[in-house]
Amino acid sequence: MATRQTAAAARALVAPSVILLFLWMIVPLAMTIYFSLLNYNLLEPDAVRFIGIQNYLDFLSDPDFIGALVNTLILVAAVLAITVIGGIFVALLMDQQIYGRNIVRVLVIAPFFVMPTVSALIWKNMLMNPVQGLFAWIARLLGLPAIDWFTNYPMLAVIIIVAWQWLPFASLILLTALQSLDEEQKEAATLDGAKAVSYFFYIVVPHIARAITVVVLIETIFLLNVFAEIRVTTNGGPSTTNIPFRIFELAVNANDVGASAAGGIVAVVLANIVAVFLVRMIGKNLEG
Amino acid sequence: MALKQSTSQRVTMSVIAWLVALLIFFPILWMFLTSFKTEADAYAIPPKFLFFHWTTDNYAEVQSRVDYVRHAINSIVLSVGANVAGLLLAIPAAWSMAFAPTKRTKDLLMWMLSTKMMPGAGVFMAIYFLYLRGHLLDSLWGVGFLLMIINLPIIVWMLYTYFKEIPVDILEAARMDGASLRNEIIYVLTPMAVPGIASTMLLSVILSWNEAFWTLNLTNVNAAPLTNMIASFSSPEGDFWALLSAASVLAIAPILIIGWFSQRQLVRGLTFGAVK
Repeated sequence: MATRQTAAAARALVAPSVILLFLWMIVPLAMTIYFSLLNYNLLEPDAVRFIGIQNYLDFLSDPDFIGALVNTLILVAAVLAITVIGGIFVALLMDQQIYGRNIVRVLVIAPFFVMPTVSALIWKNMLMNPVQGLFAWIARLLGLPAIDWFTNYPMLAVIIIVAWQWLPFASLILLTALQSLDEEQKEAATLDGAKAVSYFFYIVVPHIARAITVVVLIETIFLLNVFAEIRVTTNGGPSTTNIPFRIFELAVNANDVGASAAGGIVAVVLANIVAVFLVRMIGKNLEG
Repeated sequence: MALKQSTSQRVTMSVIAWLVALLIFFPILWMFLTSFKTEADAYAIPPKFLFFHWTTDNYAEVQSRVDYVRHAINSIVLSVGANVAGLLLAIPAAWSMAFAPTKRTKDLLMWMLSTKMMPGAGVFMAIYFLYLRGHLLDSLWGVGFLLMIINLPIIVWMLYTYFKEIPVDILEAARMDGASLRNEIIYVLTPMAVPGIASTMLLSVILSWNEAFWTLNLTNVNAAPLTNMIASFSSPEGDFWALLSAASVLAIAPILIIGWFSQRQLVRGLTFGAVK
């Protein structure tokens, strides 16, 4: 339908966005790859030299990196498990004919809009403080010992905070998917006398499987990048330093451009493994 | 599983749902209540839920201790500025991809999406280095540009899915009547596109407002937004819970309100139209 003139105009309209995004992708990436091949510390500007893949070898054999990789994977996996299972539960609840559904929805979605630094500090201090925090008080009421979250279980504490932030997202998306399960199918299931359990596994789960995949992929992209929550609670340490935090440490604290850049490329590769699946999935949807 | 339910079932379900919702919301409620306490009441054991001496002193204190207004202005400038710039770039792009698609449009969209997958930490060193050399560290322009570019793919995608829903017939009719490209955009497309653009804008403002990787790492004083103001409470001296709560309420209130209005668009925007 587009004439040659509109086609040209259309290209001109897309160009600015494409050029900027292209630069944004290619310039930092090329620089990062280049830096990652150098021995380059900002404090020793005269000692810059090409060292090939030495930074990668150092980074990959560094116990701190292995630790950071393990922490990253634990954080992503644990938060995904909590938010997807919890999200299905919350979405099923909100899909019932409950009183005041809109208010329930507003309450459930709220944590998603709270900035990461706020959620981390409120949880760390007012809820998880081992002496004056609310959880400690509840534990004592129940006759249990109060847990010193950030001393004894720092990773668990971070997982809980991040899961709290992402549970609303999973719930909201799964709820949207559930609501598209049409009424007729629901009616038919009742007429067949389908038991709640088999109804759930044979009709609900297949229907929301796609939405679950989307939640998993999108959350993974964001969870691989968790930073602020760690920065303001533990500020690193062996049990919570993840890859983004390790890269930050190398760059800002150690001024080690080369090592930080090598870490960055590792992070890019990790993210891309997920991205390939996500992009393909969304692409399929685009046909419709 | 919204099968036909008896009233008693409905009441039971409602009670469970409300309990779960209140549990999820509780930290925010607790923060809100604490912001009106004195520090002594904030640390009291057993905790004081409603019966404490209500005070608004903390809110005044936030301004004098951490300069709320300056940080809030930075947050507004950054999220609105990045957003307006993003829309100016994205509206023409999304328009042309939706209404004058070529063979490569789909690939282009997928490619834009893939740029969003690039982890900030991955290119942190390069950006940090460029900004250090370019004197862009701690500048609104520097951080604003990053916020704009990391949200651009989401903005283009969201607009694209909205524009796609505009009936093409109307555009064809306008073209038949000899409307120029410019008039077509201004008089035909824009009125129909405004709701979609508004929704896109809300989501993009939320994302920029809460962005905490680049803002924490690239700003310090001059360009520091609210995320940094709150982070300054991470190594406090003395009792500070009531103050932290008041600062937090001030930092999240605007976005919480905007967010509640844009829940629907959130699903669409954050899943790139994969779940509607």
